[in-house]
Amino acid sequence: MEPSDAPPVRARGLVKRYGEILAVDRIDLEVGRGDVYGFLGPNGAGKTTTLRMLLGLIAPSAGSVELFGQDPMYRGARALDGVAGFVEAPAFYPYLDGRTNLRLLAALDGDGAAQRIEQVLEIVELGPRARHKVGGYSHGMRQRLGIAASLLRDPRLLILDEPATGLDPAGMRDMRVLIRRLAGEGITVLLSSHLLPEVQELCDRVAIVRSGRVVYEGALAELRRQAGAGYRLRTTDDIRAEAVCRAQAGIEDVQVTEHGLAFHAEERDVGALSVALIEGGVAILALAPELATLEDLFFRLTEGEEPAPAGPAELVAT
Amino acid sequence: MSAAALRAGRTRAARRPGTLTVWRWELRKLRSQKRTYLGLGLSMVFPLILVLSFHFQHPRHQGNIFATYVTQSGLATPVLCLFWQSAFLYPLIAALVAGDIVAAEDGHGTLKTILTRSVDRTQVLAGKLLAVATYTVVAMYLSAATATVAGVASWGFRRVITFSGSTVSAPKGLLLVFAAYGVYLIPLLALASIGVLLSAATRNSAAAVVGTLAVPLVMALVSLIPGLGGANPYLLPTEFNNWQGLLRTPTDWAPIGHSAWVCALYAVPALGAAALVFLRRDVAGG
Repeated sequence: MEPSDAPPVRARGLVKRYGEILAVDRIDLEVGRGDVYGFLGPNGAGKTTTLRMLLGLIAPSAGSVELFGQDPMYRGARALDGVAGFVEAPAFYPYLDGRTNLRLLAALDGDGAAQRIEQVLEIVELGPRARHKVGGYSHGMRQRLGIAASLLRDPRLLILDEPATGLDPAGMRDMRVLIRRLAGEGITVLLSSHLLPEVQELCDRVAIVRSGRVVYEGALAELRRQAGAGYRLRTTDDIRAEAVCRAQAGIEDVQVTEHGLAFHAEERDVGALSVALIEGGVAILALAPELATLEDLFFRLTEGEEPAPAGPAELVAT
Repeated sequence: MSAAALRAGRTRAARRPGTLTVWRWELRKLRSQKRTYLGLGLSMVFPLILVLSFHFQHPRHQGNIFATYVTQSGLATPVLCLFWQSAFLYPLIAALVAGDIVAAEDGHGTLKTILTRSVDRTQVLAGKLLAVATYTVVAMYLSAATATVAGVASWGFRRVITFSGSTVSAPKGLLLVFAAYGVYLIPLLALASIGVLLSAATRNSAAAVVGTLAVPLVMALVSLIPGLGGANPYLLPTEFNNWQGLLRTPTDWAPIGHSAWVCALYAVPALGAAALVFLRRDVAGG
């Protein structure tokens, strides 16, 4: 495949071992062009280690990485053309001011990056503070400078590791707005985060990792659809309705709650149920799907017993 | 302004930065760090203290011909500085930056920042080595210049005596003084190479600086151990004195040539090991 046609990120069988510790265990990842891809997992799941391997900062123990078809371990800095981002907190020289830090990084980027310094400072709204030493910057300002440093490279792929961590609510909101804006302009974003609302708001595809393994990889909507096939039902006669539900094929886990009935079913079975309820003389006051939140799904996938790796087709709500 | 507008407005030069760009920015970073000024300050302060002290007390019976004749020619001052400080102060000045040059990146967490740009690790390391060499050369010649100016201002630009007891004209003496500092730079740069290796390997500035400084000190102790005298010609403290061959009449080139290849035996493996460590290491922290 020509590098120009290659996906922004493709990792195959990625493994990182530190002695006895298996930090990353056979991770497969593919981020398509224009995706805003969430990389989710609890702390210590192997997210940052994976991102470091993607950027060529650490060598995989096994497996391969390609960024736009080029392996950073073999192609070095050339594999990072069009790629920018940061892992963990972005770091700068504290004894230099913000603008000088960017000038330094632009010099190491070449390709006209120096001409973009004022523009990226404007994008992240750091212009007025750019002449102050980075040592005096707040965490949020460093995060924004990290974004600015990434934009200097005019990236086609932006890899961001917990960009909103440590920010106050307003800072988190601004960061999301900025990421959404960049994604809207066609930049592929790989966003590592453990902040579920952030991922829910920004991402269309996700990989969820646990103990170094991918436990789900696919569209966020598919994950929610598969895992969240629950329904709530309120009727004029819940006792008769419960009996109808239990007698109806495809209706499972019927429970009586203080707000009515709850059950799991496929969509087609719910249609048949509504007909059966009417025929049984039970009027329906409310029948609505209850989608699981990303938080529910996240905890389901990352807590409890170790699951086997799974893709969308294999994930079944339990 | 949007990122799209940014992209639309760019002029694609498609030119990748080279090692000299890294070197230039390493120097820019050094210019903003206190330890650089500490090193350069030390290189200037000692000659001034020396000259000042000679105004109060003439250094007779120091076992050095330049000490005896220091007030007869200002050109004796830089030679005395080199004679007295070649073993400790100048190695310390070199170690301050050599030991810090890679470890500081680990300390600030900036290694990941620069290694995700458009320069390869080889270029980053080469730029850093060039910066260390530049700083070391500047520090030594700053010391030589300060000592020369202070000495000449105090005792004039006159003929100077050599280690052989003969005298040379002031202009030739000046040339020899600066050439002697150049010869001294050979073992000093070898020591700086060891400093870069320790900086890359330990990832800790303090440990690397102290370790670098400990190398000649340990070698000096080794040279004192009975039965190990045969090792002396191959130890750095001996190489630190080989510049003296230049200030003899006729010039004694043998120790200078010896210094060149012995120091290469220290520098080349140290640089090779530094490259191996730096190019292969996982950047898991900084």
